[in-house]
Amino acid sequence: MPVPAKKDPASHTPVAIEEETPSIIKETWHSFKKNRLALAGAGIVSLFILLGLLAFFIAPEGINEQKNADRLLPPSSEYWLGTDDFGRDIFSRILHGARLSLTVGFFAVVGSCIAGTFLGVIAGYYGRWLDTLISRMFDILLAFPSILLAIAIVAILGPSLQNALIAIAIINVPTFGRIVRAKVLSLKEEEYIQAALSVGMKDRRILTYHILPNSLAPIIVQGTLCIATAILEAAALGFLGLGAQAPQPEWGRMLSDSRDYLQQAPWTVFFPGIAIMLTVLGFNLMGDGLRDALDPKMKE
Amino acid sequence: MLNYTLRRLGSLIPVLFGMSLIVFFIIRAIPGDPARTILGEKASEAAVESLRADLGLNDPIVIQYFHYLGDLLTGDLGTSIRTSSEISGDIWPYLAATMELAFVAMLIAVFVGVNAGILSAWFQNSIFDYTAMIVALIGVSMPVFWLGLMEQWFFSLELNWLPSIGRESIRDPVEPITHLYLLDTLINGNLDQFFTVVKHLILPGVALGTIPMAIIARMTRSSMLEVMRSDYIRTARAKGQRMLLVVYKHSLKNAFIPVLTVIGLQTGLLLGGAILTETIFSWPGIGRYVYESIQYRDYPVIQSGILVIATIFVFVNLIVDLLYAAFDPRIKY
Repeated sequence: MPVPAKKDPASHTPVAIEEETPSIIKETWHSFKKNRLALAGAGIVSLFILLGLLAFFIAPEGINEQKNADRLLPPSSEYWLGTDDFGRDIFSRILHGARLSLTVGFFAVVGSCIAGTFLGVIAGYYGRWLDTLISRMFDILLAFPSILLAIAIVAILGPSLQNALIAIAIINVPTFGRIVRAKVLSLKEEEYIQAALSVGMKDRRILTYHILPNSLAPIIVQGTLCIATAILEAAALGFLGLGAQAPQPEWGRMLSDSRDYLQQAPWTVFFPGIAIMLTVLGFNLMGDGLRDALDPKMKE
Repeated sequence: MLNYTLRRLGSLIPVLFGMSLIVFFIIRAIPGDPARTILGEKASEAAVESLRADLGLNDPIVIQYFHYLGDLLTGDLGTSIRTSSEISGDIWPYLAATMELAFVAMLIAVFVGVNAGILSAWFQNSIFDYTAMIVALIGVSMPVFWLGLMEQWFFSLELNWLPSIGRESIRDPVEPITHLYLLDTLINGNLDQFFTVVKHLILPGVALGTIPMAIIARMTRSSMLEVMRSDYIRTARAKGQRMLLVVYKHSLKNAFIPVLTVIGLQTGLLLGGAILTETIFSWPGIGRYVYESIQYRDYPVIQSGILVIATIFVFVNLIVDLLYAAFDPRIKY
């Protein structure tokens, strides 16, 4: 994170960070690229991002292009992954599904990351009753099994992909909040923060220039791992009919729409599931690799 | 220990209180008029007004909450809109079905997970270790509902080995006593039925147990590796003690603490995951009870179902905390 060294009461600190920053990234990349599993994960994730981005150009058929004569066909050279009960090309729908699943996963995590970081910083930095209040709130939210809480939220807001995204964002807030709070609590005791405080630096400056940049590592690691769970949760909600609605090609929704043809055409269920699993596996491997590279102390 | 138990119980009060508050707001947070949403656009104004009165939605919100809390404390979970029956009277058979399924899933997860973790640690960096850990990684990344469907396809539809849905044979229903069918069939002394119930439990149990199994295996492995490097294990091995004794008596006992935490946390996931598993396997558990009530907009059931599951989760974690002492006398309270 480049830090501008403006006229700052403790100007030597940002300059020092600026000099070190590129080497941190280099160092992280150096240890990340040695981890073959992590590289494989990054490869899988990049592949799905690319497929999702290019879905409109590379998908052989349209998202909802129905061919009645070609219903429930097994995989072939014409339809690589077969067709579903409407005669739609499963491969094309999985490509478009990549776009949906990755978008939901990414934006849900960005949402919970922003809200969680904000609350975690406030709880950790200001402490006292704010900390008690926010921490208790996290405890209570974490007392619910997460998918159950997501279901409750969707039951209130009504089933749709957008509401599923909101629900997933909300249930992951405490995860980020707790990590950031713990990090801020330990950073607060660091000498350079004490120094910044003693030279009269304002709270907002300390938070933006010192606390936040130094809390980034655990946030990035958690974010990557959280995208994996968010994609799984979105698929689960879609599967239950509480997320994406037909005919959206969301992977979980595709699975539940094809359930009745399990015996007749197992490929209609098989491939969307494989797509979910590969994407989630990719993010998990990448997240584990990032954790080892960025923050070895977080390793279990 | 008693002191700690009481303190731990005391700390649960604000959490339970907060949970009741969240659940209370589920129905009140519905945009617009909740009574209208529940009954639908076509319902008459009189019906909507009557439901609003039944749900106590006309009172000030604080009064409503205290009424709700008062009801909860006396064990009144409300009335189902769909069936007009008391939820507290209806809920046990569903809960028992879920508990039985979750128990079997956890049993599979702990047995396979712990042993795979131990073997992986013992044969660190061997083919077995790599395979087990890759399988575990895939297990963590697998959607439960997809695994369930694949099991159904392969083991029921293709091979015809195991029943694909339900808890019992429709032709030979279990006579419920406790509603825990494994127990009921044994009490009735009907072994045939017992094995039928076991058969019905295998596929959903494996589907539900896979993620915890994978996580427990990874946790056991890393925790065993740490313990096995310690001096007292080296001493035990140097004394020439048998491998089984070293692993299961000395190492596992100490490696089990972090594993226990994971088991506690996973129980919550298991209860959440039960909604998906129960939907696929038509398992008449509490997850399905809640899920079906969403479709009927039966909000009192949604509220109570969620509250009951979350309360169980909180108490399971309490028990896990208290169990630490039993496994590790070094932990002082």
